[in-house]
Amino acid sequence: MQLFPCPFCGPRDETEFHYGGDAGNARPDGVDVPIERWADYLYLRTNPKGTAREIWVHMNCGEFFVMERDTVTHKVLSSTALGGEHAA
Amino acid sequence: MTRRYSALSLFKEGLAGQTGWQPAWRSPEPKPSYDAIVIGGGGHGLATAYYLAENHNISRVAVLEKGWIGGGNTGRNTTVVRSNYYYPESVELYGLAHRLYEGLSRDLNYNVMLSQRGMVNLCHSTAEMEVGARTVNAMQINGIDAELFSPEDVRRVAPIYNFSAHARFPVFGGIWQGRAGTARHDAVAWGYARAANRLGVDIIQNCEITDFIVEGGRCRGVHTTRGAIRADRIGMAVAGHSSVLAAKAGFRLPINSYALQACVSEPVKPILDTVVLSPGTGVYVSQSDKGEIVIGGGLDRIPSYAQRGNLPTLETVIAGLLEMFPIFGQLKLMRQWAGIVDVVPDSSPIIGESPLPGLFLNCGWGTGGFKAIPAGGTLLAQLLATGKHNDISRPFDLDRFASGRLIDEAAGSGIAH
Repeated sequence: MQLFPCPFCGPRDETEFHYGGDAGNARPDGVDVPIERWADYLYLRTNPKGTAREIWVHMNCGEFFVMERDTVTHKVLSSTALGGEHAA
Repeated sequence: MTRRYSALSLFKEGLAGQTGWQPAWRSPEPKPSYDAIVIGGGGHGLATAYYLAENHNISRVAVLEKGWIGGGNTGRNTTVVRSNYYYPESVELYGLAHRLYEGLSRDLNYNVMLSQRGMVNLCHSTAEMEVGARTVNAMQINGIDAELFSPEDVRRVAPIYNFSAHARFPVFGGIWQGRAGTARHDAVAWGYARAANRLGVDIIQNCEITDFIVEGGRCRGVHTTRGAIRADRIGMAVAGHSSVLAAKAGFRLPINSYALQACVSEPVKPILDTVVLSPGTGVYVSQSDKGEIVIGGGLDRIPSYAQRGNLPTLETVIAGLLEMFPIFGQLKLMRQWAGIVDVVPDSSPIIGESPLPGLFLNCGWGTGGFKAIPAGGTLLAQLLATGKHNDISRPFDLDRFASGRLIDEAAGSGIAH
């Protein structure tokens, strides 16, 4: 059983967390967004092998945060509350 | 030299002390150029090379595999072959694969041990039975064999299921596909490899792609750990590593890579002669010809490239298995592993030209690539040979994610994605 660090609750069991997608995948703004841009936002993913920046939610406290993780070793590199520069 | 496998050649070799057999495929040095390159020596890649030579007479083909052939998801799946899908597009695709599987041992002159022992998708409530009836109707309208099973029917094919009055997942019936079953997964890779080799295809193992050669906006070849290899038509069938290669080619795909676990028990005497899937537990189970109970479940919930899987998911799968078959509580698990699967939002594959012209995709099969190998190979081979889609592969082009014409088979796959 792996422990994930919630920025608010500290280290908790991995089953309490849910993956929320790529960090930094900003929703397109405006009314003239081309469909390719929408498709990019909705579906295309970087899906890196190695270091990944991801949005996760700790389902117990309900907070979303950014976790940096290695997708090969599963080692957690950092865990940061959303807000400020991470809001994007 | 014995080239063809048959009862007679087996007999003759028995008399000759087994000295006439030759390797099933050569291990040649890569040539500087080919008519077509297939990246990925799993089932889909090897099948693509075979059908390029067999159906399109293009045999100057290299299959480039970074490890050993059939060592990825082809050797890590639970060997189930079926075509119980919902949408007409999916039925065309998996139906083609299923029909080709039925003649594959003959076509390849290699026994892939297809065993059409039937598969039942259980229904655990009245509501699930209604959905089951809808699925069976859709399959029958689309020309695929299907039957709605009563609880008595399920008891007939899987008498060791937990039919007790207090079962957590009671049986209200099921969706039966009699033509479904299992095949020997390694044999599918080896059979295609041997047949492709016989037609002149070079199978090059331990050859990893480091970059693509791009000239004039087109893909013209690949740089590999064994040097540059050029071709004007390149197909990739690399499952969970599709995004890694796409990044080298300069584009992104609608794919997340996850680990999908499976495990087998110690071998026991015959006790389960069909494939049973429970959508309630997310577990599917069959018994191999060797006697092992082969167990699969849902995806790990953490995006991953680690081919091992996480413990909480394994625990969920085993707990589900024991709800279904309490008798299996006596079994010892022998092996557990994971493959990295390429999960697409609509749980349907991607077949078509990539954003880099000259590079063609066969990916996105997610948890269900093994059953589709003959179709994936046939369709990618046609794309590479002609540059044009088969009517069957057209709906699965990458362009569906911009047009919005998704083929949402999340339910057809039978387990949660």
